Amino acid sequence: MRPAQIFFRSFVLAVVFMISSIGGAYASGDQEGSSEFDPIELINGHVWDSHDFHIIDWKGESYGLALPIILWTDDGLVTFPSSRFHHDNSGTVVVEEGGQKFVRYKEHIFYADKLDVAKFEEASAIGRPLLYEDRPLNFSITKTVFSMMLAAVIMLLIFGFSARHYKKNKNAPKGLAGFMEPLILFVRDDIAIPNIGEKKYGKYMPLLLTIFFFIWINNLIGLIPFFPFSGNVTGNLAFTMVMALFVFVVTVFSGNKHYWGHILTPDVPKALYILMVPIEIVGMIAKPFALMVRLFANITAGHIIILSLVGLIFIFGTAFISPVSIVFVLFMSVLEMLVAVLQAYVFTLLAALFIGQAVEEPI
Amino acid sequence: MTGTLAAIGAGLAVLGAGMGIGKIGEGAMNAIARQPEASGKIQTAMIIAAALIEGVALFAVVVALIA
Repeated sequence: MRPAQIFFRSFVLAVVFMISSIGGAYASGDQEGSSEFDPIELINGHVWDSHDFHIIDWKGESYGLALPIILWTDDGLVTFPSSRFHHDNSGTVVVEEGGQKFVRYKEHIFYADKLDVAKFEEASAIGRPLLYEDRPLNFSITKTVFSMMLAAVIMLLIFGFSARHYKKNKNAPKGLAGFMEPLILFVRDDIAIPNIGEKKYGKYMPLLLTIFFFIWINNLIGLIPFFPFSGNVTGNLAFTMVMALFVFVVTVFSGNKHYWGHILTPDVPKALYILMVPIEIVGMIAKPFALMVRLFANITAGHIIILSLVGLIFIFGTAFISPVSIVFVLFMSVLEMLVAVLQAYVFTLLAALFIGQAVEEPI
Repeated sequence: MTGTLAAIGAGLAVLGAGMGIGKIGEGAMNAIARQPEASGKIQTAMIIAAALIEGVALFAVVVALIA
């Protein structure tokens, strides 16, 4: 496909997504509960996922983008815009669609008659997303999904334009392609070739490049505080789990017999196999697990710190704390930008390392 | 009580991470002092090791968040 086609189609796709997810800017009038500032609520609202994209509070009313809710119920596909919940997050507003009723409790959508608040609150933070009997399968476009699609569109545009440059001229690239070339060569020469080797790195370059730039762009999107950019993608355990799973699957499927030999028949006396083989297998799983938690925790911790420092202004309640807070936030944001590129680099480096271990030939 | 213990646990993890990264920094400074030409490679290795240690420390933070 010519890059002009790529550009045009991704632009159309982006516009279609954004228009289809506008349930209309809507205003909410009810403000019940205390007006005291709760920093934990601020942090939870920004760091975890949500079904609508809150943009601004203007004159006491909040405006946002109502993202579509897409549910796979026992009776089929049900879709409606999240504005029908009218900002309710405590299970009181019932939405009826397609003959079934749904409520939303803490950003989880339940069948209306099956919401059991006590059971939900009792379940641990890990167990909660797994309570699937009372909920339809939720395929909604949430804030995280929206940001992820935005990152994908940005990547298509950047790399589409860069690739077009190479097709048109044979000399040294300028402009966007000239900016991307050192980065791509960095991934090839400093990450792929030292770890995977000269002969085999070519097959894995697309994966490593995608991992590097996707994670970096998603990290940066999480740091920009205004719409459409503020979604937190890499701070979502499910996202990092899938990335780590990709790396795991690639490692397992490209392992040659030396790799499996080291794992299943390590070079120790046979009596120790009963100890070594489980350790090796756990090690094989623990490495992608570490990838997952490292990225998630780094990014989430950074976001929580920045939000807490901004929340300082509201906790103290006076405008005089704001220079201090702003300076702190500026410093933390610069640090977070370093963390963004560093975590992308470390993830890609370790992925290349694991793949290199799998395809390594003994000398 | 769980919340307080979790916070203490997270603080201890940061202690360990701080000490670990401090030792890496010390080793890196010594190495650069001995051989300034290699400072680029040493810096890269230092950053990688620091990121890995920070990963482990943040495991503990995640566990503390869950608790």
